[in-house]
Amino acid sequence: MQLSGLTTAAGLAAAAGAEDPEAAAIPILPNPVELVFGLVVFLIFLAVIAKYVVPNLEKAYAERKAAIEGGMSQAEEAQREAEATKRRYEQQLADARDEAARIREEAREQGASIIAEMRGQAQAEAARITEGAQKQIRAEHAQALTSLRSEVGRLSTDLASRIVGESLHNETRRSGIVDRFLEELEAGRVRPEAVGHGTPTPAAHVGAEGQH
Amino acid sequence: MSLNAWGASLGAVVAAEGDSHFPPKVADFWQPLVTFGHVGNTTIALTRPMVVLTLVALVLSVWLVTTTRRAAAVPSKGQWFTEQVYDFVRNNVARDMIGTKDFMRFVPLLFALFTFILLSNLSGVIPGIQMPPMARIGFPIALTLIVYVVYHWIGIKKHGGFGRYLKWMIPPGIPGWLMPLIVPLELLTYFITRPLTLALRLFGNMFAGHMLLVVFIMGGWLLLTSGSIGLALVTIPAWILGFVMTAFEILVQVLQAFVFTLLAASYFGGALADEH
Repeated sequence: MQLSGLTTAAGLAAAAGAEDPEAAAIPILPNPVELVFGLVVFLIFLAVIAKYVVPNLEKAYAERKAAIEGGMSQAEEAQREAEATKRRYEQQLADARDEAARIREEAREQGASIIAEMRGQAQAEAARITEGAQKQIRAEHAQALTSLRSEVGRLSTDLASRIVGESLHNETRRSGIVDRFLEELEAGRVRPEAVGHGTPTPAAHVGAEGQH
Repeated sequence: MSLNAWGASLGAVVAAEGDSHFPPKVADFWQPLVTFGHVGNTTIALTRPMVVLTLVALVLSVWLVTTTRRAAAVPSKGQWFTEQVYDFVRNNVARDMIGTKDFMRFVPLLFALFTFILLSNLSGVIPGIQMPPMARIGFPIALTLIVYVVYHWIGIKKHGGFGRYLKWMIPPGIPGWLMPLIVPLELLTYFITRPLTLALRLFGNMFAGHMLLVVFIMGGWLLLTSGSIGLALVTIPAWILGFVMTAFEILVQVLQAFVFTLLAASYFGGALADEH
């Protein structure tokens, strides 16, 4: 191709060379037509570049710059937001921890007070039960004592009647010997030995009860 | 040296053949497709480099407009590719050379210069086109003219008038006896050396590079068709070198587009600087 092009060109040049002064001109002297033509073509090209190409490219550059900067500021915004949220969560967590500790403390106090209360109640109950039992014991004791007293009187007179051989029931009852004896016994004027063995403890007990 | 030797020997071969156009001559770059007439020594014609240049501008315009028409923050593949080139010119050339304050004003011009020169140069090796328009001095001069006008214009505006702009060109703190030496040198730099080197560097690289490729590839072809087996065998190294040179030429083409844009940016940045 180089070959054919050059051959043609050379042929042209040779053909024109005979009468064309341009072919014989010094190569650093411009052909004015070529100069002006080059000038015009370049200026048109320059106009196209300046009017259509550069503004469009610069616009794209500006857009790109804005997009990158926008993206960056957006990222910064997101980061700031995330940090704020994190701080908020941490605060909430700390609050929750405090709250939990407070509730635990409260619960402990409440528990302690409940235990104390229950203990008080239990003690009161126990005291009440004990008192009730003691009352009952006292009542039963008094009843037992009363029945014992009449029983002892009866048995004593029975025994005495057997020994004496006649009924002393009415007489003793009239004279109130047994009662008197028992009163004396309670007053401690009669020694247990005088009545018989086996009665000192009840006597002492009765005595104590009587004084009580 | 070796190249010259090659050229000479091949020239001899060709001369023996008689009717070939090898080696390539300066006149080969003048390729009028339609000639309209002559004005003095100037030929009014539509030339092949003009067509290539128009094609370059068209292809670039279509590509760039298509890929950036719906430019979005998330780029398409085409936009991404365009952005790579645009980023390079915008950030590594314009911003670095001019400074963050003023560079945006010059990005369209620098981007247009870079892409325009790059594809123009690459068309020197694109099969079927194989004509670098910048090998015709008229086109580098056209581009240089624009750079030249722009950097003087912004310099005059920045420093408040042509007189103060000239005064700014002279570095401060120069002893009086050095003035006669420094002043012409500085003026020469700003008004003649810069545009001249800018245009000639681009032109020279493209011109010479294209000639080199022609020498190796055309030369190889001539050797192959010379009818002598010994010479035909030499075609192989000639074309291997042609291939290597093509790769090298692509590097030069990209580099020259970069250098032109970089220097233009540095002239703009320099004209906007407060200090000399």
